[in-house]
Amino acid sequence: MVQYTNVNLDVSFAALADVTRRGVLERLGRAEASITDLAERFNMSLTGMKKHIGVLEQAGLVITQKVGRVRTCKVGPHRLEEATAWLEKYRQLWSARFDELDRVIEDLKERDNPDGLKNRE
Amino acid sequence: MDSRTENESTPMKNRLSVERKSEREFVVTRTFDAPARIVFEAWTRPELFRQWWLPKSMGMSLRSCEMDVRVGGGYRLVFGNGMEFFGKYLEVIPHSRIVWTNDEAGDAGSVTTVTFDEKGGKTLLSVHELYPTKEAAEAAGTGALDAMDETFRQLDDFLVTLGARGERP
Repeated sequence: MVQYTNVNLDVSFAALADVTRRGVLERLGRAEASITDLAERFNMSLTGMKKHIGVLEQAGLVITQKVGRVRTCKVGPHRLEEATAWLEKYRQLWSARFDELDRVIEDLKERDNPDGLKNRE
Repeated sequence: MDSRTENESTPMKNRLSVERKSEREFVVTRTFDAPARIVFEAWTRPELFRQWWLPKSMGMSLRSCEMDVRVGGGYRLVFGNGMEFFGKYLEVIPHSRIVWTNDEAGDAGSVTTVTFDEKGGKTLLSVHELYPTKEAAEAAGTGALDAMDETFRQLDDFLVTLGARGERP
């Protein structure tokens, strides 16, 4: 059972409300990366990526370390699992649900429009 | 994270958005390639609803699904594992809006509002869940999510049995 630490949960959720930041976390979940790498991968300016990393860092979801001229980012120690577990599962559930709903909707459209004619609505 | 989430970032699909709007609210939105009346139908006819509410891809199923979709009408869903979900419809506006209560959690139950917003033959669907308190929202590991947890656990066990090893530590 995961116990949520309420104090940081708001900050974590805010940090995770952004699709790029979620993508960054997923990426960092696989391997550490520099801000430059991440900016390139997400097709974003260095400044833009620095901002995102700043938000994630504040939420404790990411830690960064400067070695020479390169700032390397990696996933923070524990908070990621706490904060993402619920929201990520929630997202997976709705994603899977809606994929099935797409199928049901396609069937209904087929029924309404068997010849593929234009809808008259 | 793991490979389960990977295909969700595919840009070709209509994008799902999940947001925590406030301490007590979650909002899920996604566009569907059909007019609102069709999407609404899929939400309000039990024999259709049960085809997608518990995604087969997650190995889940509904044992039964009763829905009386009108103001004051009730619904009751029984999951394959016996968990029950029930509540009442507070608002039903055809092709536009459905609001229902989630009473299985008692006082901590949320109110779900689904809106169907048609534009150019497509429908922007929004599912809004409002919890009575921040604590209830954060403890909302109830319901389908618990069932899903269980499914994942079963899947994990199954994979272990098969001798497949994940990459997670």
